[in-house]
Amino acid sequence: MREVAILGVAMTRFGISEKTNLEMFAEVGIGAIQESNLEPKDIEALFFGNCLGAFEEGQLHMAPFAHSELGLPISAPATRFESACATATVAIRHAALLVGAGVYDIAIAGGTERAAKMGTPLATRTFAMASQAQHESTAGITFPGVFAMAAHMYAEKYKVDLPVLKRHMAEVAVKNHYHGAMNPKAHFQKEIDVQTVLGSMMVADPLQLFDCCPFSDGAAAVVIAEANKARELVDKPVFIAGMGQASCGPLYLQKDITRVRAREEAIRQAYSQAGIGPGDVDVAELHDCFTIAEIMAIEGFGFYESGKGYDAASRGETRLGGKVVVNPSGGLKAKGHPIGATGAAQVTEIVEQLREESGARQVEGARVGLVDTLGGDLGTVCNIILTI
Amino acid sequence: MKYPVTYQEYQESLSRGEFVGLKCKKCGAILFPPMAVCRDCSGSELSPVSLSGKGRLRTFTVVRVAPEGRIPPYIVAMVELKEGPFVIGNLIGVDANEATMALMGQRVRLGSRPVKGDLYSAGDACALTFSLVE
Repeated sequence: MREVAILGVAMTRFGISEKTNLEMFAEVGIGAIQESNLEPKDIEALFFGNCLGAFEEGQLHMAPFAHSELGLPISAPATRFESACATATVAIRHAALLVGAGVYDIAIAGGTERAAKMGTPLATRTFAMASQAQHESTAGITFPGVFAMAAHMYAEKYKVDLPVLKRHMAEVAVKNHYHGAMNPKAHFQKEIDVQTVLGSMMVADPLQLFDCCPFSDGAAAVVIAEANKARELVDKPVFIAGMGQASCGPLYLQKDITRVRAREEAIRQAYSQAGIGPGDVDVAELHDCFTIAEIMAIEGFGFYESGKGYDAASRGETRLGGKVVVNPSGGLKAKGHPIGATGAAQVTEIVEQLREESGARQVEGARVGLVDTLGGDLGTVCNIILTI
Repeated sequence: MKYPVTYQEYQESLSRGEFVGLKCKKCGAILFPPMAVCRDCSGSELSPVSLSGKGRLRTFTVVRVAPEGRIPPYIVAMVELKEGPFVIGNLIGVDANEATMALMGQRVRLGSRPVKGDLYSAGDACALTFSLVE
């Protein structure tokens, strides 16, 4: 495998947008190409993420339309990826694999989504389509419901009283809103406190509204190139040191859902390829779709032992200035979660952190960053380790 | 390869009040609902077996914001069957607003109920239910 690097990155502000999926993607795609000191004709392939275009706009087969919006040459194939919430990270990984393999020298990858546009009932229904249709969706399971069941199982398994666990979960939301308040691209740029979370409406017991990320609109894109080419084109290429991806079937086959087996395998691959371990990571953008999900993730990475990570946010260890900064962008919780774009926005944040461009939320001296995106009900996890 | 017990056959068994799973000849694991190969060892010699319908509730939630077409609140639970598999369904006979952590580990009996299909599904179906065993 050739060494691969990320050049330009771009994301829209996440939140509520009246722009079309293609308009949002064009803004970030062209932005990322320009930041890479390239022109559209230099791009050899588009790895395009979108999950729910069919429901948002009645639009399938969006990739070739995105291709023409960006002005890419006919010789550059455009392919749509769909891995639920992990969509864009999976697209980026496959772009990096093919650049690493020498099939392409320069590619663009990312995604776009109008999740907010659908409204809550339809968005809840379509997100639930990422659960197994015959044996899970028939019970009326929702995504908050999946992670709510994980939270109850976590409390039982590790003998943490539910009110205690909920207070520590609330601290995850407080921390991510604190970070998000410093991010001008975040959906929510407002600090909250524990009472905001514990006083909010119940969505799926024990998860309350402020335990949950929002439905968001937005797009993000990154340009990927062979490393020597990247060094010629930009001052600060950010290198892909390791990647991993794993799959783990429907929720009912996973049994103990406090542990995400796909993550344990994906991160093993990524650490192994990068030649690092959990103690080497300075900053992580990870999949905090719900507060309990961040706790499950920091344990899955080995930052904390299983059952010991639930009070990390309360102790300030994952906050800016803490021992490993988790979700300095505000995470899915505050930055927002346009599912097809989320992974590319996580990569964008880590790239900007490693280039020391993150302003008030800059993680001092960050050299190693981790991206973690989970798709569906724990069925897909994709990890990317970036270094400068 | 012939699919051992199809979804339609599984659904018909549920509507008869039976719980048809599969037993793996190679490793002895029980699969429920039926699938193509053994989840534990990938063995493909699977024979139908009738399950007891007994299990314990391992986790649950009360869905209060429902997908389009569903009326909340209702309880979704994961149950570990006596024979080993975990399944997802609805806990019935318990007021959703009274659901607490005391449910964890409770013994339940498996059942099923008809669920109307919606615009996006392949039609009506039988979904699993759980009832507390007194």
